[in-house]
Amino acid sequence: MAKISKTRQKELRAARKNRQEIAAAGLSRRELFKMGLITSAGYLIPKRGLSARALSSAGYRDGCEESPPTTPFLEPLPTHTNGGMVLNTTVGSFGECFPPPVAPCPSPREGRRAPHQALARFPPQKLYEVHQRRTLKSVHPQLPLQPLWGFGRAIDPPDVAWVPGPTYREDYNVPVLVRNFNELPANNDGFGRNQVTTHQHNGHTPSESDGFPCDYYNSGKFYDQHYPNVLAGFDSTHPPTGDINESMSTLWYHDHRVDFTAQNTYKGLAGFYLLFNQFDTGNEESGFRLPSFPEFDIPLMLTDRVFDRETKLLCFDLFELDGILGDKFLVNGKIQPFFNVQPRRYRFRILDAGPSRFYQLFLTNLQNLNAQNGFWQISNDGNLLPRPIPVTSLKLGVAERADIIVDFSQYAGQTLYLENRLIQDDGRGPRNELFPPGQGNLIMKIVVAPGVAPDLSAHPSTQAFYALPSTADPPRVTRVFRFDRTNGQWAINNRLMDPTCEEVRFRVLRGRVGVPSVEHWILQNNSGGWSHPIHIHFEEFQILERNGVPIPDNSVEKSRKDVVRLGPNETVKLFFRFRDFGGRYPMHCHNTVHEDHAMMLRFDIVDQGADTIREP
Amino acid sequence: MSSIDRRRWLALSGAAVVGTGLATQSAGQQMVKPAERAVSPRERIRERHLPNFTLTTHEGKQVKFYDDLVKDKIVVINMMYAQCQGVCTPITANLLRVHKLLGPRVGKDIFFYSITIAPEKDTPKALRHYAEMHKIKPGSGWLFLTGKPDEIETLRRKLGFVDPDPVVDRDKSNHIGNVRFGNEPRMLWAAHPGLARASAIASAIAGLSDDREEPPDAGGKGGR
Repeated sequence: MAKISKTRQKELRAARKNRQEIAAAGLSRRELFKMGLITSAGYLIPKRGLSARALSSAGYRDGCEESPPTTPFLEPLPTHTNGGMVLNTTVGSFGECFPPPVAPCPSPREGRRAPHQALARFPPQKLYEVHQRRTLKSVHPQLPLQPLWGFGRAIDPPDVAWVPGPTYREDYNVPVLVRNFNELPANNDGFGRNQVTTHQHNGHTPSESDGFPCDYYNSGKFYDQHYPNVLAGFDSTHPPTGDINESMSTLWYHDHRVDFTAQNTYKGLAGFYLLFNQFDTGNEESGFRLPSFPEFDIPLMLTDRVFDRETKLLCFDLFELDGILGDKFLVNGKIQPFFNVQPRRYRFRILDAGPSRFYQLFLTNLQNLNAQNGFWQISNDGNLLPRPIPVTSLKLGVAERADIIVDFSQYAGQTLYLENRLIQDDGRGPRNELFPPGQGNLIMKIVVAPGVAPDLSAHPSTQAFYALPSTADPPRVTRVFRFDRTNGQWAINNRLMDPTCEEVRFRVLRGRVGVPSVEHWILQNNSGGWSHPIHIHFEEFQILERNGVPIPDNSVEKSRKDVVRLGPNETVKLFFRFRDFGGRYPMHCHNTVHEDHAMMLRFDIVDQGADTIREP
Repeated sequence: MSSIDRRRWLALSGAAVVGTGLATQSAGQQMVKPAERAVSPRERIRERHLPNFTLTTHEGKQVKFYDDLVKDKIVVINMMYAQCQGVCTPITANLLRVHKLLGPRVGKDIFFYSITIAPEKDTPKALRHYAEMHKIKPGSGWLFLTGKPDEIETLRRKLGFVDPDPVVDRDKSNHIGNVRFGNEPRMLWAAHPGLARASAIASAIAGLSDDREEPPDAGGKGGR
């Protein structure tokens, strides 16, 4: 048998992919010409950037192959005024175990094992039910209905669930209790574990309601999650209501079942959790006057996925330990949708929901590739910045969020594309390299209506939000965490994670009134060519330094955050102030595939006295 | 690719695709939808990851990887080689602790497989010596396996014992750190570091078969 060289094989496959993708893109001849893909004589030019699902560097792929082609921009973006669901139905009572008690119920259906820390202090004013279920869902008209897992509401029929899950639209100081039912089937259609623990990312939420990875519970059970919706500092630095400058806006929730988080979130178990207050009101006529929810305040959940070429069903690389890249880009659960907008300001809350991809997003006009189409970044990880920062692109690692304001009045009558131009070939992380404009991944088509539209929102250049909380207090302790890779295993400080979460790696002090609890954490990435979005539960941090250099004032990283992108050989220094609630929380890589292969540790937030217990 | 000329690229692409042909396919036009192949997800996993290669056990028996070793079972799979001076030995020792913790289930519904990554050197006899060195008894539900080098290489890749960096990938020691486990009929597959705490690995493996399995820390030290 004639041997084809590896390089040649790669070229052949690349060429085939290019053809598929170009055909699938359904671009006009004029667009292809503009993109530099076609010569004046009408011939296609070979191009690497079109395929988002490259072979591994070693030249093979053994899991899911490339997805079947789909025509982009056929369906509208699901929003809260178009098919997307807000969790708007509170319930008056639960069938059993009511009113929701502090201690776990003596019921065989109870999934919780720890008492609520703060139910009495923050009695719930809203009760919700969600039901985690299998459902059949269309992601694209050219693909069959997909068996996914999502969240149904109390009023939904038993075969209905929302993917993405319904959006919580909540207010500070209005505590919420959710009874979260696990009704997932044992037959997983190929991947996914029907045991769940829903993480509220990254609420100031007691451990037992936070969705700790080992607090999972079985199908047939329920778990009460209590979200106090309270500002950090209420019981410590800023009693009794907390620090307004710790206000958070764009949170999300997702399954966190240890070892199976990537599979379960890939299957759909994720949604938004939005918090409003007297400044960020959801109404452009009050407070900060940000574009009104839900018409002009649009969450965008970005996910990348692969579909089986033969069955056309969602495919998960079960044996891939390094990270999974999809070649289909979904926004709010639809592959490459379009979105018709008015020529006015919009707030987009953009979330990289993984599993492993990093993005650098641009607004691209295919008719004018040289145009720098600017917008304003107003938040980092859902926390409003001190003031809006004008940018021309947006970087996101897995689980990071950013709110942006786009003023479409300057693009009236144009068609723009939300384009990811960051080059990433495998789960190790992105290259430090961009595709040329128009040659990246066109994620969503944005059609701007011509003319003018009413707009009562404030111009971003005139806005100021929350000041950054001071980082001047000296640290009680400075900890160093080295992230390594050894024999293909992830290690933190040369130790492997305990996948049952039983081992407490260290304890941090719970700040109360008069108890200082500032810490500095230094995170070092020693794992070679890998990038890791590191997430620390519960307390927002500030990045003090990246690679020894303080974060400049005009940087979008000068902010409160809960995920830090740790590039190859990078070191960051973080400022923390642990306070108010206690319990067990994880730090982990949010490349969910790394996370499921034990790139995680547990730390406990404890009271003075308990913190002196054995500390490694 | 930039150095490729047009003629070469067209040859590579296998057909002279020209712009006019593409331009007719405008957005909104439904593409021809080929019929989906009716194949179960379990079958698809088998096709992708669980080839039915003939392997030889350390007891000298010929077995089929899928039919005899994996089908309808809970399996624990790692890779090693007998002459390994590094992490193989402690991982085998750790898996032996896992094996003991799982007790009589091993050999009944749970099976351990250690596949050599050096099939050229690791004869059944060499693997038998390795097993005896670790006091792994015949009939204990734990097989050490060798086979044709190219098939072992394919198996290694299909089971994901790989590194995306080709230089790292050539170093065998980078594929021996993880242990894979799965419940084949339930389509549940996961992995742990081979040196994770034995009780943790054991409870994760046991938990693959039983929905009543709860997290081991049932005390829930969350609140106070």
